[in-house]
Amino acid sequence: MSERLEIKNLHVAVEGREILKGVNLTIGRGEVHALMGPNGSGKSTLGYAIMGHPTYEVTAGSIKLIDEEGTAHDVLDMEPDGRARAGVFLAFQRPMAIPGVRLADFLRHSVTNVRNPDRKEGQELMPMREFRGELKDKMKELSMDSDFARRYVNDGFSGGEMKRAEILQLAMLRPRFAILDETDSGLDADAVRLASESIARIGGAEMGILIITHHEQLLEHNIPLQTHVMLGGRIVESGGPELAAELHKQGYERIRKAYPEAAAAEEEMEAERRLEPAAN
Amino acid sequence: MTTTTAPSSTFDRNALELLLHDHPLPDWAAQQRQACMDRLETLALPDRRQEHWMRTDLRMFKPHAWGLRAAPTAAPPEGMLAPAFPQAAADGDSVGVLGRPDYAGRFAAVNGHVIRNEIDPAFSKQGVIFGTAAEVLATHGDVVRDHWLQIIDTENDYFAALHGAFHRGSMVLYVPAGVKIANPIHCLAAIDDGGVDTSHVLVVLGDGAEATVLTETASCGATGTATGFHCGGTEIVVGKGAFLRMVNVQNWDRGVWHVARQKAVVHSRGRLQWTLAALGSRLSQVAQDVALVGEHAEGQVNGVMFTEGRQQLVYNTLQHHEAASCRSDLLYKGALQDRSRLVWRGMIKVDKAAQKTDGYQRNDNLMLSDAARADSIPGLEIEADDVRCTHGATSGRVDEEQIFYAQARGLSADEAARLVVAGFFQQVFDRITIASVREALAAAIGSRIRRVS
Repeated sequence: MSERLEIKNLHVAVEGREILKGVNLTIGRGEVHALMGPNGSGKSTLGYAIMGHPTYEVTAGSIKLIDEEGTAHDVLDMEPDGRARAGVFLAFQRPMAIPGVRLADFLRHSVTNVRNPDRKEGQELMPMREFRGELKDKMKELSMDSDFARRYVNDGFSGGEMKRAEILQLAMLRPRFAILDETDSGLDADAVRLASESIARIGGAEMGILIITHHEQLLEHNIPLQTHVMLGGRIVESGGPELAAELHKQGYERIRKAYPEAAAAEEEMEAERRLEPAAN
Repeated sequence: MTTTTAPSSTFDRNALELLLHDHPLPDWAAQQRQACMDRLETLALPDRRQEHWMRTDLRMFKPHAWGLRAAPTAAPPEGMLAPAFPQAAADGDSVGVLGRPDYAGRFAAVNGHVIRNEIDPAFSKQGVIFGTAAEVLATHGDVVRDHWLQIIDTENDYFAALHGAFHRGSMVLYVPAGVKIANPIHCLAAIDDGGVDTSHVLVVLGDGAEATVLTETASCGATGTATGFHCGGTEIVVGKGAFLRMVNVQNWDRGVWHVARQKAVVHSRGRLQWTLAALGSRLSQVAQDVALVGEHAEGQVNGVMFTEGRQQLVYNTLQHHEAASCRSDLLYKGALQDRSRLVWRGMIKVDKAAQKTDGYQRNDNLMLSDAARADSIPGLEIEADDVRCTHGATSGRVDEEQIFYAQARGLSADEAARLVVAGFFQQVFDRITIASVREALAAAIGSRIRRVS
């Protein structure tokens, strides 16, 4: 049995409002999946729910990690850091700034915990020399200036810098499953190409990747096994890479017509959002 | 040094007579004690209607419960900063009598009884005067008389007068013009449970001199809850073109009343980097004044406060620009846990003569609990017309989104919270140019932070 992340009939609500209405998705380790869909269809919500953001309440369904022996591990029973230590990674669409904490120090904690999932706070961190060496190599591969790691986490970063910092973390943590939430937004065409190459190199056959995107450029070097389209909190259609190309060029009109029920749900969610502008 | 002071004494005339008997001072200094005693007898405890005592709850402070104490039998604590300077490698440094080339001098007193008083003799040869106040006032009165208890106002209130009358276990450092002491001088004031410390610190740097002085307080034993009373004073003179780095760490146990009058005078082109850190005490009331009295003098003031339980810390700071073209820059950062309280009341005062003043003050507080309370009261009093003075204050909570982000990267919620709080203090740590002090403070604060919700 191959390792996989298995999402079944996932329902997620935020402040009592249902955003995901039964998502089914299985990602095998080594596979690339693309997730597309109009804004507000629930793509980021899926990422947050998988990672365990406290605001996103799972009201039904399951998220499981299936290991090589076929044993299922219930992701919903884990704290967010437990999920990270189990090999799940979310590249944030809008990463948080942590002023005063250097990216290198943050990453050293992070890498130590993910590689030693049972580590308790206060136990030794990865040796500095070893960590620095690895960080330096990874930054070189990603064409990043070594000074970058001395800056405070996402503090005063440009949109592009934030995304590159997320890719650096991905490269250092080498998760089993990664959700990349619009890792291409805020990047220019060259940077997207570099990101696409980097992700392919980092991922290889070792990572299951879910790429949330509006564009197809990020998929250039990460040919998806499947492209999924989300509408109104459900995955309504799945296809090959040609589907990503179609959506990128022609938008979601065909999808909306083909799935009127999901399109209606989308409109309803949109209307609710307008009433509560403060919500995520 | 022998002592006959009865441990049960209060701060009265009998106690003063005994003190003068046990610790004789030159006439001028003894007369100062008497004058302060006279003043003390006319004063009541300050009350909360006085602006420097607002939100300072002294109702449980019983002045008659406190007096000078006998030397304790308990072993003195090492302090928080001392271990931060490990035995230096034997790489050819001249190892002085201290056997520790990493300190130029060390001083310690417990309950006001001096137990350590040593300076690298190389500096004595260069004219550095170091020792107990009793020694130095007697032998070098001509050098220190103009400064000793002349910089702070001993008439100001009950505690200032009490300090002026009953100071004991005090340290004096005088660095003559042009002499530079690279390694720090460490001064520890300790008390046992129920102990009392009234020590005074006087640091005088001659023109062009340089020094680093680390002072810290600690309670004996490890209960964390011992009681006590500190009524201290610090006076600093930075000569023309001199540079002093001063660090005061207050780390008493949580039953200690801490009152301190501290003031520095900085002369032309002199520079002062003054860091206050506070982790302990039941209640603190601290005045920290910097007077820039010569042109182009600079004063940088750093504050690092971490409070928890029902601790109550009150700071009144003054950046007094008395001469033109001076710079003052104050940054106080506090993190508050549980039901603790932190008050900062800061004033930048610019005299008419102090044109081209550049003054700045800022206080940031991080609330780690809903029940904690912080008050920031910045103030400007400007008589000159060509100045730049700004101030700011912020108060915020740890952002749960920051915690989630760190958790998503494998940090536990506690670890994430500690990292966020450490980051909050980093901005002030970045200003403290003594690495070992930064590290000691970061570690001490890190160990106190509990998961915030």
